[in-house]
Amino acid sequence: MLHLLFLVPIIPFASFIWLAIIGPRTSRNAIAIVGVGSIAACTVISLLITGSYLASPPAEGSFTQVLWTWIAVDGFTAQIAFYLDALSLIMMLVVSFVSFIIHLYSAEFMLEGEGYSRFFAYMNLFVASMITLLLANNLLLLYLGWEGVGLCSYLLIGFWYQDNANGTAAQKAFIVTRVGDTAFAVGLFLLFTHLDTLDVQELMHRAALQWPVGSTLAIIASALLLGGAVGKSAQLPLQTWLPDAMAGPTPTSALIHAATMVTAGVYLIARTHVLFALAPSTQLAVAVVGAATLLLAGCSALVQHDIKRVLAYSTISQIGYMFLALGVGAWSAAIFHFMTHAFFKALLFLVAGVVIQALHDEHDMFRMGGLRKDLPYAFWGFVIGGSALAGLPLITAGFYSKDLILWQTWSSARGGTALWIAGLVGVLLTSVYIYRLIFVVFHGEKQIEVSHRPGWRIKMPIVVLCALSVLGGFVNIPEARGNVPAFTTLLHSALPELVQRQHGIITEGLSEGIAAITFALGLAIAYLLFLRKRSLAESIAGNPIGQAVHRFWFADWGMDWLYDYLFVRPVLWFAKVDKNDFIDAFYNGIALLTEFSWRALRNTENGRLRWYAASITAGTVIFLAIVLWT
Amino acid sequence: MLFALGVAGLLVRRNLLFILMSIEIMLNAAGLAFITAGSRWAQADGQVMFIFILAMAAAEVSVGLALVLQLYHQNESLDADAASGMKG
Repeated sequence: MLHLLFLVPIIPFASFIWLAIIGPRTSRNAIAIVGVGSIAACTVISLLITGSYLASPPAEGSFTQVLWTWIAVDGFTAQIAFYLDALSLIMMLVVSFVSFIIHLYSAEFMLEGEGYSRFFAYMNLFVASMITLLLANNLLLLYLGWEGVGLCSYLLIGFWYQDNANGTAAQKAFIVTRVGDTAFAVGLFLLFTHLDTLDVQELMHRAALQWPVGSTLAIIASALLLGGAVGKSAQLPLQTWLPDAMAGPTPTSALIHAATMVTAGVYLIARTHVLFALAPSTQLAVAVVGAATLLLAGCSALVQHDIKRVLAYSTISQIGYMFLALGVGAWSAAIFHFMTHAFFKALLFLVAGVVIQALHDEHDMFRMGGLRKDLPYAFWGFVIGGSALAGLPLITAGFYSKDLILWQTWSSARGGTALWIAGLVGVLLTSVYIYRLIFVVFHGEKQIEVSHRPGWRIKMPIVVLCALSVLGGFVNIPEARGNVPAFTTLLHSALPELVQRQHGIITEGLSEGIAAITFALGLAIAYLLFLRKRSLAESIAGNPIGQAVHRFWFADWGMDWLYDYLFVRPVLWFAKVDKNDFIDAFYNGIALLTEFSWRALRNTENGRLRWYAASITAGTVIFLAIVLWT
Repeated sequence: MLFALGVAGLLVRRNLLFILMSIEIMLNAAGLAFITAGSRWAQADGQVMFIFILAMAAAEVSVGLALVLQLYHQNESLDADAASGMKG
C-alpha cells in the first residue's frame, strides 16, 4: 500500500492541468466532480497508506519512494523522492482530509460568479504543492513545494482580480513572504556548502556529527530557516500579510490561511528539529517569537470589526502557540495542535463564509446580529469551533492540544515560567475575542435579513468538522485522565521526546485546571462586555486611553505603518531620485534608433504597384550586372 | 528586346489591362528565347518549356483578369495607382 504514495501529490496535479486546459469549456458539474473528486481520491489513498503504516510500520519508521533523479551535477544530486514517516504521514492525512472537506464546501460556495474552473485549478495546484512540500525527502524539492504554495496563495488572494485592492493584498502577501523565502534559500545554500547534501535525513545526520551544540554555523543556519518559517507562518515580524490575505474567497482563507499553508513553517522546523536542537539560542528565539506573536495577535483580534480579520489574527495567534511548543522542544505537542487547529479553524472559516454569504457579502460584524435562529448551522458551528479554539475544558479538541503545549512549556527543560504565563494570557485573550465575535454576530438585534441559506454540500462539511473539533482531541488523552497518549507515541518514531525538568509546584492536572479557569474568566468577560452590558465595552473603548489602544491594536500594533516608513518609502524615494540614470538612457537610445529606421523605411511602403515593379526591375538589373561583370 | 518592351510597358502604363498585356509580352519574350535556343542547339527542351509557359500564361491571365474585375468593382477605375490601400 505504501507504494501508492506517489499518487497523493500527482492526482491533484493532473486534475489541475485538466481544469486549467479543458475545464473552462466543460459544465460546472464536470468541474466540480473533477476538482473535488481528485482531492477525495487523494484522501482515500492517504487513509489507505495510514492504515497500512499503522498495521505494519516499515523498518526504522520511515519509507522512501524514489521516482527519478531531478538534478545530477558534479556530486550534487536532487531526487524527486518522497519520504514518509510518522510526522509527514500525519501532516499528509490532515492536509488531504481538510482540503477535501473544504473543496466539497467550495463546490457550492463558489457556484455563483465566474471563474469556477479557475478556482478549482488553483486549489488543486495548491494541494499538490503542499503535499509535495510535506513529502519531499530533500530540501530542494521541499523548496519547490514551498514556492508552489506561495504562488497559489498569491493567485487565490487575488482571485477576484477586477478589484484593485485584492491585487494589492495578493502582492503584499507575495512580497512579505518572499522576505522569509530569501532567508530560507540562503539557509539552503549555507547547509549545502558546509554539509554537501540536501537530503533531509542525511543532512540532519551529518549536522549532528560535524557541528557541536551551540556552534555558530548551526545557529546561523537554523536562524535562516527560522526566517523562512516566520514568513510563511505569518509570525512576528512578518505577520502583516495574513490579515490582508482575507481579500480572497472564504474557502481559500479556510484552506490556505488557516488550515494548511501557514503551518508549513511549523512543519519545516519540526522536520529540521535536529538543527534547532543544535542551536539552543535559535530555539529560544522560536519560543519567544511564538509567545510574542500569540499575545500581539490576540490583542489585535480583540478590536477588529471584520469577521474574517478576527479569525485571521486568531490564526496568527494559534500558530504562535505552535512556535512556542517547537521552541521549548515539545515537538509532538506542536503537531498535535496543528491537527486540532486545522479542524476547528477550517470550521470557523467555513461558517464565517456561510454568514457572509447569507448577508450579501457583509463583513462588518457590528452590522450583523441576532442570527442564532436564522442560521442554526452557522451558530452551532461557531459555538463548537469557537469553544475548541478557546479550549472549552474536557470536551473540545483545542483544550487537549493547547493544554499539552502549556503543560510542556512549563515542564520542559527549555521552557519557563514567563513563557507559560504568556501562554495563559493567550488563553484569556482567545476566549474573550472569540466569544465577543459569537455574541456580537449571533445575539442582539437583527440588522440584516438573511437572504441565502446553505445547501447540503455546505452543511455536511460543517457537521464533519464540528465532530472532528470535538473528537480530534481524544487521540491523545493526558496523564491526568486515563493516560493514553496514542498520538504523541506515534510521533516519537520521528520526533524526539520532550526533555523534562523539575516540575516545581505545578503538576499537569493543576496546569489544566488553571487553563480552564482562565478560559472561564475570558468567557465571563466577553459575556459581561458584549452580551450583558454593551455600554460598558463602549465606555472603555470611548475614553482617550482606550481609544488610543484600540486604534493601535486595530492597526496591528502599527506594523504596516512602520514598514511603510522603514522600507517602502525610502525605496520609492530612491527610485524617484534615480529615475534618469545612464541605464535608462541606453535603452531609450535603442528605442529612438528603431523609431528612426521605421520612419525611413515607411516611405518605401507607398502602396503604388508600379513603384514596386520598378524596384524589382532595378534590383534584378543590379544583380545581373554584379553577376555578369565580376 | 521584346522583354525590355514588356518591362517598359509595365512601368509606364497606368491601366491595369495594359499592365496585364505587358506581362503577356514579357512571357512570350521568354518563350521566344526558349524556342530560339532550342533550335540553335537542336534540342526539344526549348519547345517543352514553351508549352509550360503557355499553360501557365493561360492560368495567369484568368486569375489576373478576375483580380482586375474585383478591383474595378471596388475602385470604379482601372488605374493601378488608385489601388494604393496598402500604403504604409
